[in-house]
Amino acid sequence: MFVVKNLVFMVSQVSVMKSRWKRSLLLLVLLFLSLTGLHASDGAEIDTGATAWMLTSTALVLLMIPGLAMFYGGLVRSKNVLGTIMHSFVAMGIITVLWVIIGYSMCFGGNILGGWFGWNPDYFFLKGIDTKVMDAGIPEYVFSMFQGKFAIITPALIAGAFAERVSFKAYCFFIGLWSLLVYNPLCHWVWAADGFLFNLGAKGAIDFAGGTVVHISAGVSGLVAALYLGARRGYPYQVIRPNNLVITMLGAGLLWVGWFGFNAGSSISSGLSTAQALTATQVAAASGALAWMIIESMHQGKATALGFASGILAGLVAVTPAAGVVQPYGAMVLGIVASFVCYMAIMMKNKLGYDDSLDAFGIHGIGGITGAVLLVFFIRPSWMSDAASVAGGSWTVWNQLGIQALAVIIAIVYAAVMTYILIFTLDRFIKFKSSENDEMAGLDRSYHGERGYGMLNPS
Amino acid sequence: MKLITAIIREVQLDKVREALIEADIKRITVSRVSGHGQQRIEEMYRGQIIVPDLIPKIKIEIAVNEAFVDITVDTILKSARTNGAEGRVGDGKIFITPLEECIRIRTGERGGTAI
Repeated sequence: MFVVKNLVFMVSQVSVMKSRWKRSLLLLVLLFLSLTGLHASDGAEIDTGATAWMLTSTALVLLMIPGLAMFYGGLVRSKNVLGTIMHSFVAMGIITVLWVIIGYSMCFGGNILGGWFGWNPDYFFLKGIDTKVMDAGIPEYVFSMFQGKFAIITPALIAGAFAERVSFKAYCFFIGLWSLLVYNPLCHWVWAADGFLFNLGAKGAIDFAGGTVVHISAGVSGLVAALYLGARRGYPYQVIRPNNLVITMLGAGLLWVGWFGFNAGSSISSGLSTAQALTATQVAAASGALAWMIIESMHQGKATALGFASGILAGLVAVTPAAGVVQPYGAMVLGIVASFVCYMAIMMKNKLGYDDSLDAFGIHGIGGITGAVLLVFFIRPSWMSDAASVAGGSWTVWNQLGIQALAVIIAIVYAAVMTYILIFTLDRFIKFKSSENDEMAGLDRSYHGERGYGMLNPS
Repeated sequence: MKLITAIIREVQLDKVREALIEADIKRITVSRVSGHGQQRIEEMYRGQIIVPDLIPKIKIEIAVNEAFVDITVDTILKSARTNGAEGRVGDGKIFITPLEECIRIRTGERGGTAI
């Protein structure tokens, strides 16, 4: 990410200088002087513009978690609404604490254990970064908190696959351990400067804002968990209807807004690449939503609100890995294709009969894979020519396709295997699946002793 | 004709419905109600244990011909009882009342065949 940022920064400087040259030599000299002045100050100077945007992005990504809570919360039955919302909220607690203690270090420290994950004693409890400013011109605290939000939302996404049927206690242990064993290593591989996927091929496996790290890993882990735990009581014969699509729609809206922090913030700067990512994000969300609406209308005869929301998510998920490298037309195609593929995946799920309750795999897993692989066909030419010069000659779409496919397969296999081992082991100590009585009574009463919609009944 | 009204635990609704469907009793009306019987439950709000005056329950209403009264009652008794076959305070009640008339709106037909 930093490499990309610096490069774009240099390119923008060059273009600025070119236009000034045409106006007057004097201006150029002045500008050159001012630029050298900028360069003279080392990387330890705070870039207030970039810092301000990164602070905003950090808040926006955090906003996605209550957004996800509302999205999922509206889709379950009324007896599970609080329990499902808590799946997202408790992640904000558990993962933030783990992140500060060791998570950041495991993700962004130097390679240890053969590069399985990272470690840097300075990052333990974040104690060594109190006054540190990164080369990108932002305080490292900001970067750490920004990345921490990604660590929170990823395990919370998994909860959609096994909604309405897991013990709260087991879930808490699961997301904590999953974060340590699956998320942190994957994040290290893909985003740390010495991660092996970051250095694969000419310019690394492209995962701008978390297609493999966040969506594929969460989706695949969700599928494994859903298969391991089995279906909800009564599924698929008993109709299980959403309790409140209104909050689901509000949640989808918050996710869309928050995604600007998620994608545009991942440029770790406030400049051209930020604008590129932001534009791609908006375009893919819109085209994905429209595509879903059209597909569903043609197939079922009606354009459902939930379908529109699903299309928004499919588009956003698909553009997540691609936001830094695709132009608007590419983002548009990715959104459309993602909606189509995810729609098919959900049809397929209904045929196969496994209970991925809120389609965590159908949207995040499948959408993430679609985006991470298909993005190679829409990479902007400047990126490809940079890659070619790094590779020392030529670097084709097919070369990059191989790299992307490899990264996707590694993420799928690693997430699936580790999740299975984790659930299998955890299940020996704490029963993961709710007892039949707890499930019938609902998560709200069984694990929280509350009711989400008390006002519906006089009490 | 009789009107069978059962007040059951919210939790048991799925089981009771499944059992009724199995016994071929599919025409039912279900509503959420609150009430007070012998049972006392505790809920938690901000760490305070509170005891609601009215407890949420499910009310099931089934209109049946005489021949179906016993099977319906037996099915509900079996499926609505918790704690194994023992039963617990709060499992609910069944009321049976005579039903004077039953009219199908679509056709206007009356009596037992309309049920």
